Amino acid sequence: MDLSAINPILLIAALMSAATPILLAATGELVVERAGVLNLGVEGMMIVGAICGFAIAVETNSPLAGFVAAAAGGAALSLLFALLTQVALANQVASGLALTLFGLGLSALLGQGYVGVKPPRMGDVNLGPLAEIPVLGPIIFSHDPILYIGILFVAGVWATLKFTRVGLVLRAVGENHDAAHALGYKVVRIRTLAIMFGGALAGMGGAYISLIRVPQWTEGMTAGVGWIALALVVFASWKPWRVLLGAYLFGGIAQLQLNLQGAGVAIPVEYLAMSPYIITIIVLVILSADKSAAPGSLGRTFHASS
Amino acid sequence: MSSLLSLRNLTKAYPGVVANDNVSLQIAPGEIHALLGENGAGKSTLVKMIYGLVKPDAGEMQIHGAPFAPVEPRAARAAGVGMVFQHFSLFDALSVAENIALGMENAPRLRDLSRRIREVSDTYGLPLAPDRIVGDLSAGERQRVEIIRCLLQKPTLLIMDEPTSVLTPQEVEILFETLRKLSAEGTAILYISHKLEEIRALCDTATILRLGKVVGECIPRETTARDMAEMMVGKVLSTPSRAGVMPGPTMLSLHKLSLPSSTAFGLPLREISLELRQGEILGIGGVAGNGQDELLAALSGEIRAPAGMLHLKGQDIGGLGPNPRRVLGLLAAPEERLGHAAAPGMSLTENAMLTGAAREGLETGGFLNWQAAQGFAENIIDAFDVRTPGAENAAGSLSGGNLQKFVIGREVLQRPEVLVVNQPTWGVDASAAAAIRQALLDLAEGGAAVIVISQDLDELMEIADRFAALNEGRLSAPQPTAGLSMEQIGLMMGGAHGMEVAHV
Repeated sequence: MDLSAINPILLIAALMSAATPILLAATGELVVERAGVLNLGVEGMMIVGAICGFAIAVETNSPLAGFVAAAAGGAALSLLFALLTQVALANQVASGLALTLFGLGLSALLGQGYVGVKPPRMGDVNLGPLAEIPVLGPIIFSHDPILYIGILFVAGVWATLKFTRVGLVLRAVGENHDAAHALGYKVVRIRTLAIMFGGALAGMGGAYISLIRVPQWTEGMTAGVGWIALALVVFASWKPWRVLLGAYLFGGIAQLQLNLQGAGVAIPVEYLAMSPYIITIIVLVILSADKSAAPGSLGRTFHASS
Repeated sequence: MSSLLSLRNLTKAYPGVVANDNVSLQIAPGEIHALLGENGAGKSTLVKMIYGLVKPDAGEMQIHGAPFAPVEPRAARAAGVGMVFQHFSLFDALSVAENIALGMENAPRLRDLSRRIREVSDTYGLPLAPDRIVGDLSAGERQRVEIIRCLLQKPTLLIMDEPTSVLTPQEVEILFETLRKLSAEGTAILYISHKLEEIRALCDTATILRLGKVVGECIPRETTARDMAEMMVGKVLSTPSRAGVMPGPTMLSLHKLSLPSSTAFGLPLREISLELRQGEILGIGGVAGNGQDELLAALSGEIRAPAGMLHLKGQDIGGLGPNPRRVLGLLAAPEERLGHAAAPGMSLTENAMLTGAAREGLETGGFLNWQAAQGFAENIIDAFDVRTPGAENAAGSLSGGNLQKFVIGREVLQRPEVLVVNQPTWGVDASAAAAIRQALLDLAEGGAAVIVISQDLDELMEIADRFAALNEGRLSAPQPTAGLSMEQIGLMMGGAHGMEVAHV
C-alpha cells in the first residue's frame, strides 16, 4: 500500500470532472421538481444524451456540436414524458420509469455503429496565466468548458429561482398548482418547459460521460448516475448549492476510491466501489435534517377543472 | 346610480347540470351585494365567470356599460375585478410579499412591494409582515394576505367567497369594518355566504340563487334570516325541537388529557378536562385547526391516551383502540367524509360493515354476514333519507350531503351511549342539516351523551346544552349555552389574533 502515490492536487482536479455529469443532471431535475413534476427518467435522458452527443460529435468532428445535440436529444426524450404526464395526465412515477427503460433501449439501438469508435477530444479552456498559479491553477483553471458551464448553470438556476419573476412563478406552480392556475398562470406550459430544461441538462450530463470522462460509447455506460442525481435533488432539499456540494462529494469519493484501489488499500474493491453512493447519501440525509419541505405539488397530476 | 357591473341572462351548463340559468344582476359602485344560496346553487360558477375562470355559454356582462368578457383572470383583474377565494389560493412555502407579487400584473421589486404592503395594511387595519412565510400564518392572517393582494390592484369590484368561515367573531367584526370602509370609498363588494346573520349585518342588497336560477332579491336588513333561508331552500324549514332532559350520571370523563401532536402540522392536546353526562349535548367550537381533529382521534381511539386520562362509565379506555371502544358504546364520526369516515371506493354495505360489525353483530367468528350488513345499510338509507339508487353503490358516488347523512346515520343507528361527531353538517344543505341536528337531539333525548365539534356557532347554539371552545389544543371551561353572548364565545375561541379595527 502506497498512499503517497495519491496526488491531492490531481485528485481534487479530477473530482470536479467526475462530479460534472451528476451536477448537470441534478440541476436540471431540481428545476423540474421545483415546478412540481417528478421525472424519474433522468437515467434514460442521460443515456440518450450520451449517444446523441457521441454520434454527432463523431460525425461532425466537433465536440461542441455533440453537446448541443445531446441537449436536444435529452429535451426531445423529455418531451415524450411531458406529453404523457402533462397532456395525457399519466402517472408520473410510471411514466418516468418507462422513460428510463425506453431511453436505455433506444440508446443501445442508436449506438450500434459507434462501439469502439474514438470521439474527438474537447480541449481545456485556455485561461492563460491563471492556469500557472501553483495548486489553484491545476485544480480550478485547467478544465474543459462544459465543467464551467455546469457550475454556471447552478449559479444561474439559483439566481433565477431566487431573484426573478420567472423563478417565482415556477416555484409557485410547483408549490400549489391549483392556486397558480386560479391566478391565471399556465401550469402545463410552465411545467413542459421545465421538463425540457431538465431533459436538456440530463442529456448534456450524459454526453459529458461519453465524450469527456470515458471517452467512448458502451451500452448502459451511465451506470446509475441518473438515479444518484435524483437522490441528490431530494437530499439537497431542492437547493442548488447543496446539489453542487453533494455532486462534488460524490465525485470526490468516487475519485478517491479509484486512487485507493490503485494504491492497493487492503479493503475489498466492492466496498470501495459502493462507498461514494453510501457516503453521499448519509451526508445528505444529515444535511437535509432541517426538513426543508418538498414542493407542495410535487408528483401530483394537475387537471384544470373549471 | 348607474351600475358598475351588470350581468344579463348568464347561462353555464356542465354535463348533466345547468349551473347557472339566465342569471341577471346589477351592482352599483360602493354597494355591498350578497349572493346567497345553498351548496350547488351556482354561486361559485357565477363568480368564476365574472373572474374569467369559466366562460359563460350564453349571456353578457358589462362593466360601467362597456362589454366585459374576460378570457382569463388577468383580464378580469385589469378591468378592476379582485377576488378573495374560499379556499385560499396561497403558496405555503413562499413569503407574504412573494405571494402578493404573484397576484399582480406588474409587480414592483420586492422591497418596494413590501413598503406598499405595509402602507395598505396600516390604512385598512390589517397588520401583516411582508417577509413572513405564509405556511406559518393563521387562517385569519392568510385571508389578510389575499385581501391585501386584491387591494393593491385598486379594484372597483371585490368578490369575497365565504370569507368568514375560518374567522373568530372578533376577526369577522374587523373584516366587516374593512369592507365597510372600502364600500365607503366606492369599491363594490360581491359577498358570497350562507351565514344569514352576517349578511343582514353587512350587505345592502342580496340576490338569492337556487339550482342555478335567481329566485329572489331582497334587502337583508329588512328581511328575517328565516325568510332568506326559506327562499334559499324553497320550502318551509322546521326548527329542531327538543324536550328538556335532566342530565343523568357522567358517561365520559377526560382528566387533563394531553397528547403530543402526531404529525408535523398537527397540534398537541393540552390538559383537556371535561365531564359529559347522559342526555346532554356538549358543543365544542373553535377556529379550524385548533385541535378538533386531534380531539376526535383521541376520543375515537385512533390515538391512544396514557392511563388515567380517559374514562367511559368509570372504566379507563385510554389504551383501547376504536373497535373495543365501539363495543363499549363510544362511537365517533370524523369530519373528512371521503377517506376517513368512509372508504370512497367501497359500497355503502361495505362501509356500513366497517364500523357497524361489532355492535350490530354483522360478523361471527371472522366471517361476514353480508345479508345483515345490507339490511343495516338499507336501514340507514331509509331512516336518514340518503338519496342513492341502492346500498351497493360506492360511497364515493354520493354527493357530499348524502354521504354525510349516511355517515352520521350509521353511527346514530348503532345506539351509541356516547357519540362524538366532528362537523356533522359541513357542506350539507339546510334541510338535510336540520334532519341531522334533529337526529342528534333525539339521540340525546333517548339517553345518549353527545359531543358535537363544529365551526358553525349557530349550529352549536341551537343544539348544545353546554359550549366549550378549542384554542391551540386547549379546551375552555364548558359554559351553559343559554344566555351566552357572541362576545363571550369569541373570547373563549381566543379572541382576535393580533387584529385591530380599521382606523382612519
